Amino acid sequence: MLFIPPVLFLIILGVNLLFVSYRPPQRVNQLIMSSIGDASFLNPILAQDSASSEINSLVYNGLIKYDRNLQNFVGVLAESWKVEDGKEPRITFSLRKGVHWHDGKEFTAHDVKFTYDKIMDEKTNTVRRSDYELVKGAEVLDPYTFRVTYKQPFSPGLGTWSMGIIPKHLLEKEDINTTSFNRKPVGTGPFRFVEWVTDEKIVVEANPKYFEGKPGLDRIIYRIIPETSLSEMELLTKGIDYYGVLPHQYRRMSKVPFLKIYSQPVFSYSYLGYNLNNPLFQDKKVRQAFSHAINREELVQYVLYGFGAVISGPFPSHLWYYNPNVKPVPYDLDKARQLLSEAGWKDRDGDGILDKDGKPFRFKLITNSGNDIRRDVGVLVQRQLRELGVDVTFETYEWSIFLKNFINARHFDACILGWGLSPDPDDYMIWHSSQIEKGFNFISYRNPEADRLWEEGRKEYDVEKRKHIYWRIHELIAEDQPYTFLYMPLGLSALQRRFFLMERDEKGKEALQEIRLEKAGLMYDLVKWTVSKGIALER
Amino acid sequence: MAQYLIRRLIYTFITLVGISVISWVIITQAPGSPIAITLDPKVSPKIVEQMEKNYDLDKPIYQQYFLWLKRLFTGNLYSFKDGRPVLDKIGERIWNTLLLNFVSILIIFSLAIPLGIFSARKQYTFLDNLGTFGAYLGISIPGFWLAYLLILGTVKLFGYPVLGMRSFVTEDLTSLEIVMDRLWHLMLPSIILAIGGIAALSRYTRSSMLEVIRQDYVRTAKAKGLPEETVYYKHALRNALLPIVTLFGFLIPGLIGGSIIMETVFAWPGIGRLAYQAVLARDYPVVMTINTISAVLVLIGNFIADMLYAIVDPRIRYG
Repeated sequence: MLFIPPVLFLIILGVNLLFVSYRPPQRVNQLIMSSIGDASFLNPILAQDSASSEINSLVYNGLIKYDRNLQNFVGVLAESWKVEDGKEPRITFSLRKGVHWHDGKEFTAHDVKFTYDKIMDEKTNTVRRSDYELVKGAEVLDPYTFRVTYKQPFSPGLGTWSMGIIPKHLLEKEDINTTSFNRKPVGTGPFRFVEWVTDEKIVVEANPKYFEGKPGLDRIIYRIIPETSLSEMELLTKGIDYYGVLPHQYRRMSKVPFLKIYSQPVFSYSYLGYNLNNPLFQDKKVRQAFSHAINREELVQYVLYGFGAVISGPFPSHLWYYNPNVKPVPYDLDKARQLLSEAGWKDRDGDGILDKDGKPFRFKLITNSGNDIRRDVGVLVQRQLRELGVDVTFETYEWSIFLKNFINARHFDACILGWGLSPDPDDYMIWHSSQIEKGFNFISYRNPEADRLWEEGRKEYDVEKRKHIYWRIHELIAEDQPYTFLYMPLGLSALQRRFFLMERDEKGKEALQEIRLEKAGLMYDLVKWTVSKGIALER
Repeated sequence: MAQYLIRRLIYTFITLVGISVISWVIITQAPGSPIAITLDPKVSPKIVEQMEKNYDLDKPIYQQYFLWLKRLFTGNLYSFKDGRPVLDKIGERIWNTLLLNFVSILIIFSLAIPLGIFSARKQYTFLDNLGTFGAYLGISIPGFWLAYLLILGTVKLFGYPVLGMRSFVTEDLTSLEIVMDRLWHLMLPSIILAIGGIAALSRYTRSSMLEVIRQDYVRTAKAKGLPEETVYYKHALRNALLPIVTLFGFLIPGLIGGSIIMETVFAWPGIGRLAYQAVLARDYPVVMTINTISAVLVLIGNFIADMLYAIVDPRIRYG
């Protein structure tokens, strides 16, 4: 009698195993992606996390967006725009007519004004307000014309109008922070919201009335899978179609016949930052010597499995403002020793550690815990500097303690960190000397010429002129080496091979093409993606 | 009995208040802030300050505690992370967690007790030793590690999705197939979650059974010529199960702790995963509320165990 439950259990388990072994999942004209975390707000002015932002970019449109080279802008909700330079520059956007919200109401300039007003409202819990601090005012000239006036020239301001626009008629009477709209969004974008099952999936479907034509895919599903190694399993069982591969997974993923792997530069770089208030690092020669002594090729090879690029300055190397004439500091131990001895650091007492005025060259290198790549980089750097005769202790701290006690307190010798960047080169907040006190220039970098150039760069609207400004900044920073620029990682992504680009020629004839990797990313033409018909029906 | 019940309830309530105050202090005083937890040069410090004010984080800690209590009971408590009412967020997930835990408990009891009795009857045979070995293995192997192995194995073997509560493309499945699919997705996490419990409970059953079959009344029953089956299952088992009942109360905290890990590993949309993410994001209202709910569940579990004890064992009287 007592043995009934276990037998019953085994029977259920057996029947279940039979079921799953005969039934593989089928495929249709849809794309399933995965995300580590659930989205938070499907409302572009509140969202901060990447999951929400990705979905918002499908459901909502901005006035403009970056082109595929991330250099200029192309119109989306704005048909055209005019920048009037001057003491108080104005940007006038002429909006596209006949664009409708997913609920059928027409989109007008009042929606743009409403979006701006909501962002500027202090009660709105948004960090986007920082982007618009230099805006003097915004006005609706007529239902299809919107004008914004700045307090002073501010060219990065143009890019902020790629922010998704939210519908006034649905949100006017709502509390933006807590409204249920944030979970069932209505936008103007190529995909309409269908459903959001908490912690499981978010589904959007093609918007047949999209002003650039109906997207090629019927649906896009975001699955929430909190563990990256498990996403790999799902990719292999075809439970997801697209996945950001980690470097260590590349070798086995590249052997899977139905997957294609893409690699593209990521908007971020890692660096070793020196606290310039520390007397040890005030001499430029010491910093240059360290950069010569740290073998960055080796770091990329061992830590990133080769999927990274060595950069020479603070910009992503594939974009227009990266100065290709500045070469990365080469690995050269002799040169490093020579520079250090010029700076007065020699091993006088023969203990293998350099010294100056009787003091050995010792310092503490820190980073945050929980990031294995940074930990490995730290260990390698420690070993490489030891060869030079510098005694480095390396420690990691929990992120919030790391920030509070060390970085924000400016209480550290050197740190390993990374910056995530946006397509605009304006990194004033990181490098300008006005940001030493409270901003993000926590290494206390000062260079009057660079300061002046950062100020100029954000006033200049002409891309060609800006390029020269940032190229010069790049030179100055590469010369000063306030950071040792370690690497810019390459992002790897795996995509099932059944997806193609649907291109129409002038006669309207459809043709399938391979999906191309753009500077703006693999997903730049997502609206045109489709599953080739033959495979779409396959079971 | 009634008097005992009331006293017990009062103690439970005091414990609960204590738990909530202590955890409030620990959670809010831990380093980190719900706002701007990443280094983002595009966010100015001024805006972070304003947002702290919007979230009442600038108020003294005791005021924040009472605000939390007040909002919890008036239904105005919103998550920092997505601005949704905390009770909604928990409400839509708690049934998933309870389902998972209920199935695990079912598996634990249906496997562990027969296993324990079997071991006791075959004491010191090869099978009993194997059982002992298996139980220690089950107790000492970390669940998440086993979970990864199991996922890897089943994916290799069946090529069928295992994560989440269901498969994704289910339009043309028959309802029987949908039931099977759901069952499959439920099976793996609950088995893993149950393993520790099976191992522990089968050991308890074994030793308790061994103790009982040495009693005089079992010998008497055997001596009067009853069939062995009747002696074991009717006379011995009833008495052997008494201490097992109390274990029920201890199982619940373990399962709640275990589901935090298992829900993350199996992408199961439950409150354990919600709690884990809320801790990472310093989403104080959510962390606190889940904490309190788990405390209530544990206290209820203990309470039920005590009551059950009094019911199954007539020798025990609370007064």
